[in-house]
Amino acid sequence: MKTFENNALQIKGLAKTYDNSFQALKGIDLEVSQGDFFALLGPNGAGKSTTIGVICSLVRKTSGSLKIFGIDIDQDFSAAKQYVGVVPQEFNFNQFEKPIDILVTQAGYYGIPAPVATERAYKYLKLLGLWEKHDVPSRSLSGGMKRRLMIARALIHEPKLLVLDEPTAGVDIELRRSMWGFLEDINRQGTTIILTTHYLEEAERLCRNVAIIDKGKIVQNTSVKNLIKQLNKETFILDIKGEINDIDAIDGYPLTMVDNSTLEVAIDKDKSLNQLFNHLTNEGIEIISMRNKANRLEELFIDMVGKNLTADEVSEDE
Amino acid sequence: MNNQQKWVAFETIVRREIRRFMRIWPQTLVPPVITMALYFVIFGKLVGSRIGEMSSLPYIQFVAPGLIMMSVITNSYSNVVSSFFGSKFQSNIEELLVSPTPNWIILVGYIVGGMARGLGVGLIVTLLSIYFADFSLYSLPVTIGIVLMTSLMFSLAGLINAIFATSFDDISIIPTFVLTPLIYLGGVFYSIELLTGFWKSLTLLNPILYMVNAFRYGMVGITDINIVGSFAMVGLFSALLFFLALWLLEKGSRLRS
Repeated sequence: MKTFENNALQIKGLAKTYDNSFQALKGIDLEVSQGDFFALLGPNGAGKSTTIGVICSLVRKTSGSLKIFGIDIDQDFSAAKQYVGVVPQEFNFNQFEKPIDILVTQAGYYGIPAPVATERAYKYLKLLGLWEKHDVPSRSLSGGMKRRLMIARALIHEPKLLVLDEPTAGVDIELRRSMWGFLEDINRQGTTIILTTHYLEEAERLCRNVAIIDKGKIVQNTSVKNLIKQLNKETFILDIKGEINDIDAIDGYPLTMVDNSTLEVAIDKDKSLNQLFNHLTNEGIEIISMRNKANRLEELFIDMVGKNLTADEVSEDE
Repeated sequence: MNNQQKWVAFETIVRREIRRFMRIWPQTLVPPVITMALYFVIFGKLVGSRIGEMSSLPYIQFVAPGLIMMSVITNSYSNVVSSFFGSKFQSNIEELLVSPTPNWIILVGYIVGGMARGLGVGLIVTLLSIYFADFSLYSLPVTIGIVLMTSLMFSLAGLINAIFATSFDDISIIPTFVLTPLIYLGGVFYSIELLTGFWKSLTLLNPILYMVNAFRYGMVGITDINIVGSFAMVGLFSALLFFLALWLLEKGSRLRS
């Protein structure tokens, strides 16, 4: 049954209870439109990886329904899988195989003959900057290269839906930005992308829509723009001339010192900045530059899930 | 997946399996050949010459078919168990599980990979045995038929072991504590006519006895047991193991959460 609907992914009442009775998903509903760049956010153990696991068949759902481009996985999971490419969180390729062999083999599992697969493998290895390493054992690749290899592997059968589970975890900022550019390109070419990440700056920069999942439930599902609008506070970083040892408190302007020459202040959106500047001027403090704290989304996220994102609560079921 | 795509997926798994054991040939192909050469020298020439005849055959001729079968069994089993468990351990089995490849293709692909190694090593050992003993093949269909079915059966058993295994200990327990004793007590080195009463009855419960005897019949024309019964037993066990392995894959046992 191949009926194309507007949604790349449609999840209804999806629930998962593991054998140890841990309820990872408590009946979530989620829709991702074709062509979307969608972020699935949540603290560790919230149910993100379980959701991805069900999409790619590594986790068996307890109840609910899931359609991929209109194909119900209960009806024809094999057909639905043709549309999905997955980049998992952990390296899960054979470290003794060469990148070229990993890609051609993966294509073979999708029924792509070796000559076509080899051509595609060359294309993606070049696009992702791995060409020079195509013929060495993959265990000799750097962490960033291994991540890119997993992206190439997920794309080898040219899926219409690409699911990435924290693809830039542990990747340096330069490489992260080049990966962002690559993902934006393939999204522009029509591939729907679902991304889970802990770098909320990443979600804010790349994604149009977002769902926040916490304790197995969707607590927010909207556009990134709408989410940002809900933010009633903005945090600014102020770089000052010279150094100070302390700063007087100002009513309504909670100032904190990041270090001796940097201040941070969280200001309600409807408040004027003039009073703050007047006060600092009176204190003899000269501001030489000011910027938004990058992670606006992080503030909202913390509000919604009531947790510190740096807390490392690893669930063994995820 | 259409039939052509399924064929490509099957071919891919088989090619990957063969590439794996060829890449590590010093671990997979050389040791069984050296072990078997030692068996031939010690049991065939040094000790065998003093034993004389077994079932009216020179001892080297009696023992050679059993040694060939032993290498087929251990290599078919160990190829699938180590490859499949290795994939589970490194999580790269997920590459296959997320793909549309049907479970029966995964199963057949791994089994054919295991048989390729088992039969490959069996062939090398057979060539080696020709150096030590004279053979005139008694029945080609029986020899080929039983060696194929035995290799199939132990490849299936290896896959089931790998599905249940959660550590490297789990993949060495069965070969060490079950397979090796069964092979050594399965009529490789002696005729069961030498046994009496309880021990003979107990040996008749050993499935490897039937395979070794059928293979020996195919090669040199003598057997302690009924050949048709051997084929029936190996066929029945292979069918049972095939459906058990397929059921475990369909269920996602120890593979999907």
